Amino acid sequence: MRLSVRRPGALALMAALAFVLRGGVAHAQDSSLTVRIGLTYAPGTKPGVLVLPVNGADGDSVRAILQRDLDYGDRANVIAGEAIAMDTTAEGSRGQFNYPLYARLGAAAVVQATLTSSGLHVAVHDVRTQRVERVKDFPLAAAPLSPDWRQQVHAIADAIEFWVTGGRGVAATRILYSSGGRIWQIDSDGANPTALTAANPPALYPAWHPKATHIVYTVMTDDGTRVVVREMSANGGGASRTLKAPVGSVNTSPIFSQPDGEMILYAHGLDNGTDLYAVPTFGTESARRVTVSRGMDAVSPSFSPEGRRIVYVTNRPGGLGLYIADADGTNAEALTPFSFGDQSQRTDPSWSPDGRMVAFQAEKDGRTQIYSVSPRDRGAIKQYTNEGRNEDPSWSPDSRHLVFTSNRTGSWQLWILDTESGRPRQLTHAASGAKAGAWSPRLVVY
Amino acid sequence: MTRNHRAIALALVAAVGVSGCRKNPETVAMPTDTSTPVPSETCDAACRQRRADSIATANEARDRAAREAADRARASAIEAARNTLLATIYFDYDASDIRGDGKAALDAKLPILRANAGLQIRISGHADERGSDQYNDALGQRRAASTRRYLTDNGIDPSRIAIVSYGEQRPAMSGADENAWALNRRAEFEITAGGNNIVPPQ
Repeated sequence: MRLSVRRPGALALMAALAFVLRGGVAHAQDSSLTVRIGLTYAPGTKPGVLVLPVNGADGDSVRAILQRDLDYGDRANVIAGEAIAMDTTAEGSRGQFNYPLYARLGAAAVVQATLTSSGLHVAVHDVRTQRVERVKDFPLAAAPLSPDWRQQVHAIADAIEFWVTGGRGVAATRILYSSGGRIWQIDSDGANPTALTAANPPALYPAWHPKATHIVYTVMTDDGTRVVVREMSANGGGASRTLKAPVGSVNTSPIFSQPDGEMILYAHGLDNGTDLYAVPTFGTESARRVTVSRGMDAVSPSFSPEGRRIVYVTNRPGGLGLYIADADGTNAEALTPFSFGDQSQRTDPSWSPDGRMVAFQAEKDGRTQIYSVSPRDRGAIKQYTNEGRNEDPSWSPDSRHLVFTSNRTGSWQLWILDTESGRPRQLTHAASGAKAGAWSPRLVVY
Repeated sequence: MTRNHRAIALALVAAVGVSGCRKNPETVAMPTDTSTPVPSETCDAACRQRRADSIATANEARDRAAREAADRARASAIEAARNTLLATIYFDYDASDIRGDGKAALDAKLPILRANAGLQIRISGHADERGSDQYNDALGQRRAASTRRYLTDNGIDPSRIAIVSYGEQRPAMSGADENAWALNRRAEFEITAGGNNIVPPQ
């Protein structure tokens, strides 16, 4: 239970250090908001948040989703107290909030949500100042409990997380993955796993368009692998188009360019190694070669957020490593140091949306683990996992969480990791396993 | 008498069948064993007819057996050629160059491909489960391509050989140890045309 919210000093210190090392929480997306958050709490600790019961037929669901999203956001401690003295939420009882009790429970903020005819009215109380700090009416347009409705509630949770902690949550997102030869999507909280493609041909390696209007993935046929671009309509159906490629060629690891998705970058090879090629997403022009690997391979590209640089995998004598280059392939250089005989096999890079880190997988003691390195100073390499084998990381839009594949429970499933606290949670429970997770941008932003 | 003749004829036929030799039917059919009663001068027309029938029956059986034996030999030669053609070759870890045992296996395929100009094949390259799935797509492609190159460098028309990479997606053997990995780092061969009338190489 989270009622005992006193955090051990060591943890608070670590969190404080993490805060300092990150240079505060100056995320790019935060600057658009002019209102400074009013909540104050001990620096470096997670504020306690109490979500009061919500009225109405779907009130319990709203409250459960908000609590879970704030918990999964890893920036706040959700105080899971029961309805003790919380029945003061009835209309007109705002003057009777029991702030001293909330303070004793460890709450820095209290979320009071009320279902209205048009949506959800949310008030956030600052327990220390005993004042309502923020109020907003959020729309809830879709049918209650439908996937779209849930996304809207997630977006409300993300806004509350921003009000309380200064960091916007990533609950209103979905994760693409491959399972049983199909591409699936699943909500960030593990709800609504939905197959997007048929079982044949087998589909792999999905990636999002930066605006989430399309996805791109690889299909495996007897004439070679092919890149498929698919429209993402609201109901999950959508037209798809297969990029032309020579018979027998491999065409794999496609991604959209950042920040606008105008190009698709993918690895193509036939007889003489594999190189990265760029092709307009919606044009008819033919693909342009980006890397020159001379019989070796270049695969698994990832764009920097502003779109000027790419990181990708290439093989050198002795092992696989990460290279970084301009988006047109020039100025290529090794991102991670390499020495002959190095068997660490660094692959599957993912450039964080804030541009600060590149996550990747590498072998250590015969098992793959998740790491990250700063593309700027290329100094210390951080290791994030050590349980089982862990592969194929993809960053959340807040550049704080990673989704990756792990076999730590015996089957390959997607897991989500908070890179600041190290807290993991299992996202999928797919019967035939899940691989190649790709985190969407925020799908709804309030 | 007739029964004895037939027994002898069949025994001889069987011997011929086993040895696979071809002999003049007349000489083969004539029994020479003195322990067997020789047809007497007194054999009448009916007797001679029975004797002729018996010889004809024995000859037929012998010919049929010989044909079947030849068919079997031919079928087994075709089967052997097919097996040689389809024999999987294996690769070292993270490598796409053809190993010594791979070269021997590919050399054995060459005469079959040369003897069957209508034969078309597809080579699929595969990787073990270690490392990046996407890199393994590229590695499988290099394995398929280098296998095809070995055959085309030895005179096989490139248009007869398609390639495809399945990366690590279609393991031959499940398992997370070197035994399974070694069997999964491979190039497989599949006949895509002309497989019904394979001529074994001379």
